[in-house]
Amino acid sequence: MGLFILRRSGVMILTALCLTFIVFFLTNLFPNLEKLAKTQGNFRMSDEAVISWLTKEGYMQPLPVKYGQWLGVLPGWTLETEDGVTGRCIDGTADAATAADAPRFCGILQGDWGYSTVFKDDVSTIIATRLGLTGKLMFWVLVLMIPSALLVGVLAGMREGSVTDRTLSTFSIITTATPEYVSGVIFIAVFASSAVGLKWFKGTATSAMENANFENFFLPVLTISLYGMGYIARMTRASMTEVMTAQYIRTARLKGVSFPNIVLKHALRNALIAPFTVIMLQFPWLLNGVVIVETLFNYKGFGWTLVQAAGNNDIELLLAVSVVSVIVVLVTQLISDIGYVYLNPRIRIS
Amino acid sequence: MEPLTTVEIITRVIYQFTSVWIALIVLFAVSIAFKRRLGLYGKLFDSPIGMIGFGLVMFWVFTGVFGALDLIVTHDPLAQISGMKNKVPGTPLPSAEDGQYAWYLLGGDNLARDVFSRMVKGAWVVVQIAPLATLFAFMVGITLGLPAGYYGGRLDTFLSFLANLILAFPVILLFYLLVTPEIVATGVPNYMATVLFVFPIVFVGVLLNSRYYTQPTFRTPLLIVVLGVMLWLYLSLISEVGSAVSILPGVLDIFDIPGGILVVFVSVVFVNSPTVFRIVRGLAMDIKTRDYVAAAQTRGEGPWYIMLWEILPNARGPLIVDFCLRIGYTTILLGTLGFFGLGLPPESPDWGSTINEGRKLLSIYLHPALPPAFALLSLVLGLNLLADGLREESLKD
Repeated sequence: MGLFILRRSGVMILTALCLTFIVFFLTNLFPNLEKLAKTQGNFRMSDEAVISWLTKEGYMQPLPVKYGQWLGVLPGWTLETEDGVTGRCIDGTADAATAADAPRFCGILQGDWGYSTVFKDDVSTIIATRLGLTGKLMFWVLVLMIPSALLVGVLAGMREGSVTDRTLSTFSIITTATPEYVSGVIFIAVFASSAVGLKWFKGTATSAMENANFENFFLPVLTISLYGMGYIARMTRASMTEVMTAQYIRTARLKGVSFPNIVLKHALRNALIAPFTVIMLQFPWLLNGVVIVETLFNYKGFGWTLVQAAGNNDIELLLAVSVVSVIVVLVTQLISDIGYVYLNPRIRIS
Repeated sequence: MEPLTTVEIITRVIYQFTSVWIALIVLFAVSIAFKRRLGLYGKLFDSPIGMIGFGLVMFWVFTGVFGALDLIVTHDPLAQISGMKNKVPGTPLPSAEDGQYAWYLLGGDNLARDVFSRMVKGAWVVVQIAPLATLFAFMVGITLGLPAGYYGGRLDTFLSFLANLILAFPVILLFYLLVTPEIVATGVPNYMATVLFVFPIVFVGVLLNSRYYTQPTFRTPLLIVVLGVMLWLYLSLISEVGSAVSILPGVLDIFDIPGGILVVFVSVVFVNSPTVFRIVRGLAMDIKTRDYVAAAQTRGEGPWYIMLWEILPNARGPLIVDFCLRIGYTTILLGTLGFFGLGLPPESPDWGSTINEGRKLLSIYLHPALPPAFALLSLVLGLNLLADGLREESLKD
């Protein structure tokens, strides 16, 4: 087991390195840098002015060198001008003495995530606050999604082919067929717009960032949960129907155990192994849903930050966002593998 | 002129779809009449769920095709008629000329364009891209997944690592990185197209070669003709005069993909193929332990023959089901791209872009956003139901 986790962590680090390098490569292509220079400087810059701005900010170095500096394995660049010394690890322009005191390495390994050009703030602060907001959203999504998905799946799978099964299965197919931007729009139209007039909920979740309550937070949570719910429910149903036809369930029935007892004591635990893996593997999809829903409901969390960073080619923020999301994806995969082994004694013994 | 009542709107919308209804009735009548001779497709008409799904899917396919032939649309989806901005469904045109349809059946959007015509034209965008992109993703996934599952070992480890790498990317981040105009200017999507579109040629080449390897007199001309045509199509697909990849001279270049669509196509194929790869790999690993594979190995068949003519046909059930589901997922992805305003031009009538435009005024006007939302919902639902029906029927054998 220890070796397994160790190997998986190695693969994880390698994956994260490859992915960030791809992001780094794509964001540092010249047209992107040119756009960055023009948005940071002014839009009527000539080509020479763009080059000189990029050189001054250290963007014209070779790609592997820049990547090494961002990672913190190569010393940060410095440039001496008439006014003083500028550099990756120096704030603004400093004189020679201050520059000599500045740390030589400043990459993510040293805990320096860089500076966001869009939000004019440290990337680590932005990521921390935004992640906190999204964490709140995700928590309520999980609270709503998992119990209801499992309930729907178990009820549907209990008696295969019954009316309950047909109704609930249709319901879960409909939810998997409704992407967030469709269900979100429909929910806003029905429950929040003045055209229908119900006005039960608010159409934006901006106020939920400080003060979340049922009125302003329920719609975004519901929108994300519905899309993931159908899939988990269908998996639960499939695994429940499989378990219900197993030999030991028949034995229990023949012994005269009551039906609720069979479902709760004998079937449920075995039926929940497969959904557990599925729930964990749903996280990458949830991340997608978060981006769409946060844009739709204007909730300024992690997904919203991703859209802002990508739309404005904010290189260091974008890299941090991809590092975080890659880690989330890979860690959930790891947890799902380990959890699968723990839940399923057949694998643990062999 | 008076605005239309709700009943009149519904009747007129149904009347506009006349050609689709006729096509659907003919298709269902013919299919049900001959269902015993049509294999798995015919069996679909034994399951009500499958039939509903198939009906929904074909409704949108016919709508897309006939919409492109201008049979259904009432107005030009890009034309703006003054005075029709944000008007509710059934509003008559202020000054209708002769030959012009006198109403906006589902109202006007915030640029005074006809919502109904835009929704119909949006179906054509999906019908053009989604099935073809899924097919390409399957070619890539099958060509790489079969050897990974069959040989295992280093090759498998390497390819699986690559697939997991792409899967670990949040899809939207990937889209933002690939589809922005700056990246398109560097030609990265064109190079990716060059690589990804090789796979169908490799797939067909290996498929035919392994089948007719023992009959060289038949195989060689067949391969030359088929690969020649495919290579020509490939080159005219990827090369575009004036873009980063420009190989063919303009004379030989038989068609150009309009701006944006190639990029969208490439990114959708790129996102879908790792999942297909994983499914095919798993199926290949399972099927290679069967007796008939061992028999083929004993007969001395080559590995590619075994993979493509022994393993692949026996994996077709789950693959067909996944194909339907994946077209639905691709439709969702296309909508996502439109929703974030990536790739397709902003005035494009595709459903994602229309939803995105409509949502901004959602608290006051519902009609611009809801028709494309329900259209997308019903198409994807149809594909899911179709996949369910196919799964049920293929399990009955």
